[in-house]
Amino acid sequence: MKIAVIQFPGSNCDYDVFHVLRNVLDLPAELVWHKFFKNSRYDAAILPGGFSYGDYLRAGAIASHSPAMDEIKKMAEEGKPILGICNGFQILIEAELLPGALLINNNLKFVCKWVALRCERSHTAFTSLIPEGKILHMPIAHKEGRYFNSKSGLKKLKEKNQIVLRYVDEKGKASLSANPNGSLDNIASICNEKGNVVGLMPHPERASERILSPYMSEDGLLMFKSMINFLRC
Amino acid sequence: MRNFIVEVIIENKPAARDPEGETIKKDLIIKGGYEHIKSVRTGKYLKILIEAKNRKEAEKTVFDMCNRLRIYNPVVHTYKINVKKGD
Repeated sequence: MKIAVIQFPGSNCDYDVFHVLRNVLDLPAELVWHKFFKNSRYDAAILPGGFSYGDYLRAGAIASHSPAMDEIKKMAEEGKPILGICNGFQILIEAELLPGALLINNNLKFVCKWVALRCERSHTAFTSLIPEGKILHMPIAHKEGRYFNSKSGLKKLKEKNQIVLRYVDEKGKASLSANPNGSLDNIASICNEKGNVVGLMPHPERASERILSPYMSEDGLLMFKSMINFLRC
Repeated sequence: MRNFIVEVIIENKPAARDPEGETIKKDLIIKGGYEHIKSVRTGKYLKILIEAKNRKEAEKTVFDMCNRLRIYNPVVHTYKINVKKGD
């Protein structure tokens, strides 16, 4: 089992993900520069957060044309697990591996805080160990995270059960006040139809050690453990 | 071959809120006394200098480029292309 953490110019959460995989979970992870990434050498890939290419044009728009993304598309077709975190999610959207758009937050600000999330789909490569309805706590840190889709796009997402996480309050309700950025239907994370490609705005790698969580939780670690579970099944 | 300036204007579709435009209208324009202004939408502007045989070719090249390189996201954006005479 070999996992690639892909680095683009401007990635800045790459070492955080690498630390969790290598030091917390003792997994054979590698940092790979985007120009050198080859699907055939890896069993899974993680696109970390940051500001690839300075977020120019739109967050993720330029990185989505990197040669790494052709390899990621092959990987997705082969059913291997791919996780896009924050800017990684934006890149997956811009590469059309996930549907919709991520727009500037409704309050026009960079929002950095811990949020509550409800798991909506356990049948993915990154949530297989998380029961549906479970509340997770993870931090968000972004300015372009407002999920948007057309009416028909949202209908399709619901029909195909592609919503993975929603922003909720502590009671688990997807309320307006629990929505930190104005995302459509409180969407924080979606997946492709097969469930092997997942993108999310929250940062599971920053919520993977008790010492770093104000909730003394390791909710983010569940996503990486789910990936191991998926790869071993 | 001649030079043409091709402008590409990208904006959100009406269904997608534009909080920047809303704030400019509410907190600057209306407060500044221009109550008759009904709406402000912000967008992105690309000014492209291109060498082409004629206007039509300049427009077509930029149109194809916008679609092939996904300069706009068709889920959420509309775009306009204006061709002007170059230098």
